[in-house]
Amino acid sequence: MERQSTLAKIFIHLAALGLAAVMIAPVLWLFVMSISPAADLSARPLHWWPDAVDWSRYATLLSRVENSAGAAVTSSLANSVMVAGMATLAAIALAVPAGWAVSRTPSVGWSLNAVIATYMLPPVALAVPLYMALAKFGMLNSVFSLALVYLTILAPFTTWLMKSGFDGIPREIEAAAMIDGANLWQTLRIVTLPLALPTIATAVLFAFLLAWDEFFYALLFTSALRAKPLTVAIADIAGGRVSDYGMIATAGVIAALPPVLIGLLMQRALISGLTNGGVKG
Amino acid sequence: MSSTWLTTRAWLLMLPLLAVMIGVIGWPLAETVRLSFTDAKLVGTGGTYVGFANYTKMLSSAAFQKTFWTTLWFALASVTIEMVAGVLAALLLNQRFYGRTMLRALMILPWALPTVVNATLWRLIYNPEYGAANAALVQTGVIDAYRSWLGEPGSAMWAIILADAWKNFPLVALIALAALQAVPRDTIAASLVDGAGAFRRFRYVMLPHLAGPLMVALVLRTIEAFKVFDIIWIMTRGGPANTTRTLSILVYQEGFSFQRAGSGASLALIVTLIVSVLALAYGGLLRKTAGSAM
Repeated sequence: MERQSTLAKIFIHLAALGLAAVMIAPVLWLFVMSISPAADLSARPLHWWPDAVDWSRYATLLSRVENSAGAAVTSSLANSVMVAGMATLAAIALAVPAGWAVSRTPSVGWSLNAVIATYMLPPVALAVPLYMALAKFGMLNSVFSLALVYLTILAPFTTWLMKSGFDGIPREIEAAAMIDGANLWQTLRIVTLPLALPTIATAVLFAFLLAWDEFFYALLFTSALRAKPLTVAIADIAGGRVSDYGMIATAGVIAALPPVLIGLLMQRALISGLTNGGVKG
Repeated sequence: MSSTWLTTRAWLLMLPLLAVMIGVIGWPLAETVRLSFTDAKLVGTGGTYVGFANYTKMLSSAAFQKTFWTTLWFALASVTIEMVAGVLAALLLNQRFYGRTMLRALMILPWALPTVVNATLWRLIYNPEYGAANAALVQTGVIDAYRSWLGEPGSAMWAIILADAWKNFPLVALIALAALQAVPRDTIAASLVDGAGAFRRFRYVMLPHLAGPLMVALVLRTIEAFKVFDIIWIMTRGGPANTTRTLSILVYQEGFSFQRAGSGASLALIVTLIVSVLALAYGGLLRKTAGSAM
């Protein structure tokens, strides 16, 4: 790299500070709102930092007292975990065999291209028939239905990831195991799958984050407490008549915490997954 | 092993995926096509065949035409800001400075924040009475009085574009950064020896490596922007005076709020067609870029 002049160094550090501020400020403000007393948030001029930290909203929203604001958040939290968990498991179960098949037998690759092309479909193109069918069979307001519908988003993406992952594992390793007398199932179990584990882990992370993030289908297909995920619960709180904006912020922090923690802890895997497709083209 | 058996085996392994995809994507899509030629309601009877009536009605409606331009404007503005800010951030992150590793890690923060939380957060920031945007701008003397950023037709779309760009430009930055790091050090060293300035170095050494990955990011972001629903629904629901109503919001209103499944379906297919044409055009461009960059 080129030697930096003092002026360039100062400029670079200032720009980095600016970028850091842009990244942190909105998220930090969400957190500050969640722990500021309500009076501070409605003060003019605005009270930017609370004199006394108020954690009570977290206790309120995470309580399980029936018919409280807390019950709506805790049940939707459980629903989000269930829906995202089930959809992720199913998406991986479909993606691993399909991804391997396409990777090793390119002649069937066009079918995967067709699956990936569905990424262009706006969810509104599928929503009306899906709604009518779920309503007809009494399957609205069910975490199972929602997980099934989420496969429209998750499965194409995980299959594409798994296919690229298997592409990176040389066929020769599998051939060698076969020559040593292993059958296909043994080869996959002992040789291929362990090597594909990092890709599977990346696919799990992405699938979970995608499902956790989903809002449109959830808004359409769930209206009862027993199925509403967090995204819909937050929209309810934000759209309702809450006088305390700190409560909205607290719900936001609770919903953001799992993906943000996953993002910060697993960033290496996530960034390589995000950038690989782009760089390899 | 014969190649017939290998192909059969591949199909068998793909069968579960394909069966599910046909069930949750193929069938609903076919059904949307069928519904688009009927006057079906969301609840109740199946409706009768009406030919292209829904399509002509939707395409000629003022609401659709206005919404189309609104969507195009949202996509153009947000994607342009994201690409420019993303590349600038990547160039910065590719320099040496204290805390570089930490700043790179921070870039994942907006990306990881759920869209709904991001939209809610910015709605609070733009709040007309208590929002941080008003407080900050008034306290620093930039504006005199609190404004309703999301309530005024002149500013609502810009406010949403800013919120969307904040969440999405880090993804572009991370993709561009990975591409920059793939530029061979020798090439950079050679360009320095040859006395290339910063701009020429960017244009002739960095940009050829960036072009492919950036095109991919551009395609993905544009398609996403054209399908946008969540952030707008949470922040304005398409208001004020429909100035932020995008195509997906319009389909939602037609198909679900007004329960007109038939015309909603035809509108959804029009949107799908627009996105497909866009993707195909980009696909051609993508192949051209990939060809010329190498």
